[in-house]
Amino acid sequence: MDITLWGTRGSLAAPGPETARYGGNTSCVEVRGADGQLLILDAGTGIRPLSATLDPALRRVDILLTHLHMDHIQGLGFFAGLYKPGLEVHVWGPPSTTLHLRDRLARYLSPPLFPVQMRDLPSRLTLHDVPLSDFEIEGMAVRASLVCHPGPTVGYRITENGMAVVYLPDHEPALGARKFPEDAAWTSGFALAEDADLLIHDAQYTPEEYAEHVGWGHSSLPDAVAFAEKVAAKKMVTFHHDPQHDDAILARMVEDARRAAKLPFTLVGGIEGATFAL
Amino acid sequence: MAQQPIELILTRQWASYLVVPVWVMGENGHLVYYNEPAEAVLGRRFDEAGEMLAEELATIFQTTSEDGSRLDSESLPINIALLERRPAHLRLRIRGLDGEWRLVDASAFPIEGQGGRHLGAVAIFWEAEPGGVG
Ligand SMILES: [Zn+2]
Ligand SMILES: [Zn+2]
Repeated sequence: MDITLWGTRGSLAAPGPETARYGGNTSCVEVRGADGQLLILDAGTGIRPLSATLDPALRRVDILLTHLHMDHIQGLGFFAGLYKPGLEVHVWGPPSTTLHLRDRLARYLSPPLFPVQMRDLPSRLTLHDVPLSDFEIEGMAVRASLVCHPGPTVGYRITENGMAVVYLPDHEPALGARKFPEDAAWTSGFALAEDADLLIHDAQYTPEEYAEHVGWGHSSLPDAVAFAEKVAAKKMVTFHHDPQHDDAILARMVEDARRAAKLPFTLVGGIEGATFAL
Repeated sequence: MAQQPIELILTRQWASYLVVPVWVMGENGHLVYYNEPAEAVLGRRFDEAGEMLAEELATIFQTTSEDGSRLDSESLPINIALLERRPAHLRLRIRGLDGEWRLVDASAFPIEGQGGRHLGAVAIFWEAEPGGVG
């Protein structure tokens, strides 16, 4: 399984010379199966450059949305695959408590917010309310479960040949905890992320910033590190960088976390364009 | 390691900040949590009592109706919320783990998650004044 980070920014795209290293595109991660299967995690603005690499012979692509906040779907209408006649495009994501994924997405992919209607797209588009359980996509094992973030939000675990990547871009497991981390049984995302070989996790804030944003649905980097340690992840990638954080701040945050304690896993700063082989 | 669904995790966190006694049951009728104010009514700290099965519960916490007559466990608001998946309210007597009988008002509602998932039930209860409004 090969994983590529196409967008690691959270909340709002943040292009510019100050963010050239970590990147300015919002959440989008490519997961390639051993047989060339293409799974795309979230459709932030990073999905546009990913589009340019699509193999003309590709027959099917699956886009797995964690939730429908704008930074995770803004690139969807600019995904070139949607305009390829005959390409099978499957979009998976959480329904709300009252609406199916299709109705929720149509609010964005329709005028006045977007010029094209979903039904007018030439690709073969199928929308799926994501099962909150184990399922399979093209032979790859996928698990989705609801996690702590405002509005229905899932994290994903994708397993192939015994190796697992876990994607939790927007996640605040420390919310309301008297002391974090608590027991595994009472920790949001624990079962999903347990023993992950690669954990891509929300690390939006410094501890000082988190104190001002409790309940916004994101984690401080030290909380993300504590979560990674709790679930015994082998490698953690920081993700959903705050748009206010330039390259210097992001590099310092990762350095501080590495210095604060001897980590039992590898901590990597989530840099746009980075690839990981599992 | 089994993990509670997010709906129960958030319920427990919310309950831990309330001064109203709250008791949280999991889908199989396990008592998975009660908060500190509930400890005062039940007479034992949750950390000491731990998670309990429904059958254990029935033997540990004895209940009667308000006038002291026998109360079927199916009539308890928490069981109505769990088994019949509807809210319920009742004034009853409960004997906590400290052996004391207390008159309490109990209200319960089911926790229904999206995707048709029945996740458990929540009961709130507090000591009632004898003769007060139930
Ligand atoms: Zn986000
Ligand atoms: Zn979000």
